[in-house]
Amino acid sequence: MNNARPGSERELQRLIMDAARAEMPVEVIGSGTKRSVGRPVNSGLAISTASLSGVTLYEPTELVMGARAGTPLVDIEQRLADKGQMLAFEPIDLGPVLGAPANSGTIGAVFATNFSGSRRVIAGGARDHLLGIEAITGAGQTFRGGGRVMKNVTGYDLCRAVCGSWGTLAVMTGVTFKVLPRPERTGTLVLLGLDDRSGVEALCAALGTPFEVSGAVHLQAPFAARLRHAGLAATQNAITAVRIENFASSLRYRLDRLKDALRAFGEIHELDDANALAFWSELRQLSPLQGSTAPLWRLSTAPRSGPAVVAAITRYMECRAWYDWSGGLVWVEVLDTADAGAADIRRVIAHHGGHATLIRAAPAVRASIDVFQPLEPDLAAITRGIKAVFDPKDILNRGRLLADL
Amino acid sequence: MSMNVLPPPDRAIVARRDSIARDLARLVASGGVIADEDGRRAFETDGLTAYRCMPLAVVLPRTTEEVSRVLKYAHDNSITVIPRGAGTSLCGGALPAEDAIVVGVSRMNRVLDIDLENRTARVETGITNLGISGAVQPHGFFYAPDPSSQLACTLAGNIAMNSGGAHCLKYGVTTNNVLGVKMVLVDGRVVEIGGAHLDASGYDLLGLIVGSEGQFGIVTEATVRILRAAEAARPMLLGFESSEIAGRCVSAIIASGIIPVAIEFMDKPAIHVCEAFAKAGYPLDAEALLIVEVEGSEEEISTLLARIVDIAKPFRPMAMRVSQSPEESAAIWRGRKSAFGALGRISDYFCMDGTIPLGRLPEVLTRIGEICAGHGLKVANIFHAGDGNLHPLILFNANDPEQVHRAEEAGADILKLCVEVGGCLTGEHGVGVEKRDLMTSQFTSGELALQMRIKTVFDPQWLLNPHKVFPLENREIEHQAWEH
Repeated sequence: MNNARPGSERELQRLIMDAARAEMPVEVIGSGTKRSVGRPVNSGLAISTASLSGVTLYEPTELVMGARAGTPLVDIEQRLADKGQMLAFEPIDLGPVLGAPANSGTIGAVFATNFSGSRRVIAGGARDHLLGIEAITGAGQTFRGGGRVMKNVTGYDLCRAVCGSWGTLAVMTGVTFKVLPRPERTGTLVLLGLDDRSGVEALCAALGTPFEVSGAVHLQAPFAARLRHAGLAATQNAITAVRIENFASSLRYRLDRLKDALRAFGEIHELDDANALAFWSELRQLSPLQGSTAPLWRLSTAPRSGPAVVAAITRYMECRAWYDWSGGLVWVEVLDTADAGAADIRRVIAHHGGHATLIRAAPAVRASIDVFQPLEPDLAAITRGIKAVFDPKDILNRGRLLADL
Repeated sequence: MSMNVLPPPDRAIVARRDSIARDLARLVASGGVIADEDGRRAFETDGLTAYRCMPLAVVLPRTTEEVSRVLKYAHDNSITVIPRGAGTSLCGGALPAEDAIVVGVSRMNRVLDIDLENRTARVETGITNLGISGAVQPHGFFYAPDPSSQLACTLAGNIAMNSGGAHCLKYGVTTNNVLGVKMVLVDGRVVEIGGAHLDASGYDLLGLIVGSEGQFGIVTEATVRILRAAEAARPMLLGFESSEIAGRCVSAIIASGIIPVAIEFMDKPAIHVCEAFAKAGYPLDAEALLIVEVEGSEEEISTLLARIVDIAKPFRPMAMRVSQSPEESAAIWRGRKSAFGALGRISDYFCMDGTIPLGRLPEVLTRIGEICAGHGLKVANIFHAGDGNLHPLILFNANDPEQVHRAEEAGADILKLCVEVGGCLTGEHGVGVEKRDLMTSQFTSGELALQMRIKTVFDPQWLLNPHKVFPLENREIEHQAWEH
């Protein structure tokens, strides 16, 4: 396959126009760390936005930053950290989970995949922080959606449409997004050895308090054992953890009140600032999911349904689970089988509500099943219609999302 | 009506009113169809009263199935449908057409489920915005978006317009707080999108639907995020010598790492109008007023407000007062939230809704003053300073057609100015008919065409609220291009 790494938006536009004219499918990538997610794409050309790099706008007091799509995420986060700010939705790093290098993703891909980390429960997801895009359709038409201001309801919300579309609607060349101050202090409460049900119950109870819990995870023991944090990995137990971030003046008060609220669930341990930061940083890096090639699913469901979903899956196959978003996001590793458990997992999720995405599996598996959740016929028809509006010749990441898309 | 905003109606449909009304009456429970002239008149306009048009008929269904039957009927007969919530739109989003059926969801206002553990509520969309918070308040929860019209406006309208409010600096707008919808498509099919989970599978159709101004379907049920309320909240007032200084103070607060739950700005004319109405103790000699609200425990609030006081001091505030009681806090907010009503008692006005980068505030306010003075009009400004959403209120006399015309021109100039400085035409009210013809100042014809094609995916015949959002002439051009 040929690779192209256009150095300008104009050059990128020309490539897409040529491909559209020739009706030649192209693979759209940033730095390519998440290439193996989705159904394998058949294309003669991979176009990378990695050379479209650089921060184009940063107004810390307006809480807004703009960057070209290929800007490395690490550069963005460094610029923000210099001013005491951050991407509040805490983008995760899928790279190492998929065998790609760590810390090498682009900001464009963060929004193209719409994957968010633990802070999503309070701060919203990537899609909630995206303010504007500049992009090129599959027909080679440049367009803008949104802008650089926080509130904007002028016309349809094209940002949201393109965010999470995995490069199948348009190639983003620039993004503008909301940023927020970094918290002054981080504290974390930990409970050990809870079963899934009690763990998630504790997480939901924590999020039902007024103390602005900003992370709520439960790791089954096998995942906890894979943590790099020696102390936590050595507990040999499931770990249930709740994070509070705030000004130093508030943190003690909030942690104590939260302890009161969670006392019924068992003995509560506390991580200090440094340990808490190390723990949550590991989760952002998805370290418990690294070092394995077992099929990995990402399930999205109502938080309280998480344990029931996992319990049902366990009836069909051996699996291990890590709950984030107080139970609403579940990473599930299963044994390697021909369909990676897809038929059973999809049946379970259909019963409980939500959706399942196969994040890691061999190409042959990914080519033979629906990697992303299949859609109801009416929604599939709308989805195909939207795809045809943006990409009439179906050249962008053809087949990556769904077989007939 | 000050200008022709609607194309000529289909006379053949208008002539069939009686038989259409009879057909509709068979599709919904008794009392659900309004066809008499007096009854229809209540629906001839919305919150933008400068535009009026009597609808063909009005249907107020009580169930999703009724909405589905009505839309299928309209679709099969190629009749236009105008979705309506409470009719509080400030941009003419619910303005009827003579040959169109208004479908209002106001009678579908039940709370279907409150799930505190999952922190969601499932409701019918005719419920008022405040009604949702009212239903979950006994449990200590609330629904975050808080448009000023929240006592009256429906969730359906909020979803159509992606409504915001004073507190969205911290909590986001409607699109950030809706997780799932049940929507009736134009041909009567019913789809469910999203649910109680936090992210979409496939394209973010929900993200597209929120803010689509009733042009993609009629949303009859929604699952919304509810949040546990903070232990307490308290506002403070800061009065300044100039808007520029007030703007710099806002920047300094945000630079300190504090994100107040709200930062509201008023200029002098707005201060006077609101104070006369609400007796909130606003400083009448200040050129600019900030209402800054923070949340937390009483002690946390005191600490945060003390920090804000320290930050504000170098800007030499003329007035600085921390609310001392719940009554005082309520009065402070009553002044702000009643601003539109209070102004309405003394004059007719157009409420603009542009958004600007905060850093351009002083320059924009100066130019707004010049634009309005140039048209011989007065203006008051209210601004969600934290998120850049500016509401200039242009005062005029509705009985003087020439003044109305000048006010419209001034409004258009102001919105173009917002776009010019890097902002947008509308931050939370929507485009509707009001700003439809200004869309070309923010978008290229190619960008508008892209958006219009998305409408065509949901509504191939353009039967749903078709005269809104896009300039009529662009729509014709696009229709032809797309069909060939």
